[in-house]
Amino acid sequence: MSEHDGHGHDHAGPAASPPEQRAAALEALLIEKEILTEGFIDTVVTTYESRVGPMNGAKVVAKAWVDPEYRAKLVEDATAAAAELGFKGPQGNMAVVENTDEVHNVVVCTLCSCYPWPVLGLPPAWYKSPSYRARMVREPRALLAEMGCHVPDDVEIRVWDSSADKRYLVLPQPPAGAEGKSEEELAELVTRDSMVGVARL
Amino acid sequence: MDAIHDLGGKQGFGTVAIEPAEPVFHEPWERSVFVAVLGVLRGGIGNNSQFRHAMERMDPVHYLSGSYFEKWMTGIATLLAEKGVVTQEELEARAGGPFPLAPNPELKDVPDPAPDGDTARFAPGDAVVVTKDRPSWHTRCPEYVRGRRGEVVAVRGTVAVPHIEVHRNERTPEQTYSVRFEGSELWGSAAEPGTSTTVDLFQSYLEAA
Repeated sequence: MSEHDGHGHDHAGPAASPPEQRAAALEALLIEKEILTEGFIDTVVTTYESRVGPMNGAKVVAKAWVDPEYRAKLVEDATAAAAELGFKGPQGNMAVVENTDEVHNVVVCTLCSCYPWPVLGLPPAWYKSPSYRARMVREPRALLAEMGCHVPDDVEIRVWDSSADKRYLVLPQPPAGAEGKSEEELAELVTRDSMVGVARL
Repeated sequence: MDAIHDLGGKQGFGTVAIEPAEPVFHEPWERSVFVAVLGVLRGGIGNNSQFRHAMERMDPVHYLSGSYFEKWMTGIATLLAEKGVVTQEELEARAGGPFPLAPNPELKDVPDPAPDGDTARFAPGDAVVVTKDRPSWHTRCPEYVRGRRGEVVAVRGTVAVPHIEVHRNERTPEQTYSVRFEGSELWGSAAEPGTSTTVDLFQSYLEAA
């Protein structure tokens, strides 16, 4: 192996060429070896940049708010309930946890960055950060407050560490003034952060 | 493996900043890496657990200082090199410089799958204790729950045992559970009042309490 391997990186990590050069090398080799095709690349990019994202989860939440039967189904089998609205795919074995007046739920993945892709898309940088992964299990109340989410002292906080196959979606409580709004209007009020549990509506 | 990825409860990290209107990818190369990972895993060259394990084996300084997609790039390139699909020399020649990969220490005594792992031994309401084992192989049992007592709150069904999937490239189903741990059980007097953490654990990580 080359002379840079395993040496001289005590403090800065291993020497590396710029990430864009390494990524281009990887992509070119995979295309040459026919592991990647242009068609596959286009499909994946279109899917994750425009079809999959928190707008999907917002539709699930809004439907659950207005339709008690759908809500029951969602809590019983979130994967099937999301699939009814067309939301399924990788990282899509899902469970929903309900916020109530007594309980606030928040999701983390301490070992990597597991996240319910079909309903929330790819995770944001803060969810993947070492700080979030380290701190949310040990000091959820303090970290949520720092992130601008103030959970009253008499509300229990349940942290969900998605360490096996289930991916968790928080079902937030509707905001004040939600009464009388249509499902479509309600979906506009649902934020990504409320579905991870780092915000309250 | 007690590596740097097992971050739950570690102290000294700073605040968590939410970036408003964050794009899905910050740089075009991140998009290339994402597509490469999906393509490689879809092609059956490796599985999700092997990809995760490759990232966990990264130099700890590289792991912590690298962005999410830096870890993905290193993990998938490591897997490709170990499977013989590409060589590090090929990668470095194309990249015009060093392309660090994760080391692959040889492991001894990786345990067999537990017998009857697909039969549920626990039910909601059962008290369980997490084993104190500190495996050098791939595990999805976070350090902060080892030896701790919790309550099963849901049976989550069978999933391929991670260390068998990684080290033998076989899928052996085993029951998984959501186990709730009170804050005080995990963090003692440092626990915040009225908090708990629910962790999804494989049956072989658990014993009846």
